Amino acid sequence: MKNNQTPEIAIETKNLFIFYGSFAAVSEVNLKIEKQKVTAIIGPSGCGKSTLLRAFNRMNDFVPSSYVTGEVLLSGQNLYGSNIDPVEVRRRIGMVFQKPNPFPKSIYENIAWGARINGFKGNMDELVEQSLRGAALWEEVKDQLQKSAYELSGGQQQRLCIARTIAIQPDIILMDEPASALDPISTLRIEELMQELKKNYTIIIVTHNMQQAARVSDYTAMMMLEKDGSRSGTVIEFSETKKIFTNPKDKRTEDYVTGRFG
Amino acid sequence: MKATLMENKNFRPLELKKKLRLGETMIQTLLFLAGFLSIFITLAIVYELGKEAWLFFGDPDVTFAKFFGTTEWSPGIGKFGIWPLVTSTLTTSFIAICVSLPLGLAAALFLSEYASPKARSTLKPILEILAGIPTVVYGYFALLFMTPLLQRIFGEGVQVYNMASAGIVMGIMILPLISSMSEDALSAVPRALREGAYAMGATKFETSIQVVLPAALSGIGAALIIGISRAVGETMIVAVAAGAGPNFTFNPFQAAETMTGHIARISGGDLSYNTIDYTSLFAIALMLFLVTLVLNLISQGIINRFRQRYE
Repeated sequence: MKNNQTPEIAIETKNLFIFYGSFAAVSEVNLKIEKQKVTAIIGPSGCGKSTLLRAFNRMNDFVPSSYVTGEVLLSGQNLYGSNIDPVEVRRRIGMVFQKPNPFPKSIYENIAWGARINGFKGNMDELVEQSLRGAALWEEVKDQLQKSAYELSGGQQQRLCIARTIAIQPDIILMDEPASALDPISTLRIEELMQELKKNYTIIIVTHNMQQAARVSDYTAMMMLEKDGSRSGTVIEFSETKKIFTNPKDKRTEDYVTGRFG
Repeated sequence: MKATLMENKNFRPLELKKKLRLGETMIQTLLFLAGFLSIFITLAIVYELGKEAWLFFGDPDVTFAKFFGTTEWSPGIGKFGIWPLVTSTLTTSFIAICVSLPLGLAAALFLSEYASPKARSTLKPILEILAGIPTVVYGYFALLFMTPLLQRIFGEGVQVYNMASAGIVMGIMILPLISSMSEDALSAVPRALREGAYAMGATKFETSIQVVLPAALSGIGAALIIGISRAVGETMIVAVAAGAGPNFTFNPFQAAETMTGHIARISGGDLSYNTIDYTSLFAIALMLFLVTLVLNLISQGIINRFRQRYE
């Protein structure tokens, strides 16, 4: 990060704790996510990766009894400030889920719906085409836009979910293990797509697959349960992906990425 | 443990021939009989209805042209037009669905999308109590509460016995059924769909109405169909509150007897076998079957047209 110019920060957490009731699922996270880069969050199961990811667009709000302390800053505004509308937050920070979850509507409507509720007034056909092209799906579906999204394969469905996300032009795209339910070829296509997408978007991806993190990400945050036995997850190391995988500072990171643990 | 297993394996001869499994066969037979019985009973009812209705239509005075082509019903004096009974059944059922579908859906949406788990677990049983009230009580509720209320609102045009009050109260009776079944359908929509919508920046209302509701439409359709069947078949409320005596009208403020109400009233009196009055009841019952069937087919068609599969 020691470049001549200081990197632009897309989103930043300051002393972030995420609670379920009295239980701190994630504690003390301080991350600066750089703009137009892919940042991976890796770590063993149950260490709070998804919980942390969902804190970025306030999806944890739907879990009763969950709350956060600390700050998540999007261009200086704390997303958890008292005057912040979570609906508006999610319009700026899109999300792609582990299992493809297209709406039970046509391919066209899957994309048009989100744009419409976000107040899009322009040429819808054009937007649908652009979004599908952006998600590398246009060529495969251009003749069947009125078909149900559920007639697509899993990999196509996931790209459709990416297309509908970019249709609302978010600043950041969160991806929660976006390829874990897909076959290797579909996975590869999603990974290639991420390289395209980062030209315009900031991407944060949670993945179980360390090779995937190594392949697609510029930065990696390594999460682990705290050593004190509290079952609370935290980021133990955060730096360039290259460093994490070749020269980690923390012994636990090294054990994990070399497969000796987890 | 391991040793005995291995020994057993060696001592067990290779025997792959078919075996008689008595328990399996018995259970299968039992399950088949249970299923068969319900179908058999239905068929027996249809047979019995058909047999008597056949006698009715076999009467030289009765023709299909009269049955479907005239609008006065009084078999004793040779008036065989079924329509006055059908229109009042359709009117009361229509009113009932107009009351119960929107209210039931709204209640279901609230329970499944908005209410906290605690609120839901308190409210749902309370709503279901409505379904446990005897229909004769609903009938008097219609006659003694709803009718005076309607008269106060709409004036003297509202007759003492009228289809509107019976229909509205019937709607209240069906409401818990519709809301309960719809709530089940809404709750069964995968959470992933809701999350997908929220992650697009949809509000709770947009998510509920535009994503969850369409996805649950086939279940809601089933609720609607059962609701319609209940309304068409409901007897006590209309017998008490809708009026006695066939009346060919769609005016909800007039008294008119429904098919079920008519059957209940006539069969309650002194009726001798093999008179035209007696066999006509079976013709009405068959017509009731037909109306229910047609309404179900129509609703099924509408549902199939609009439903969104999420699998």
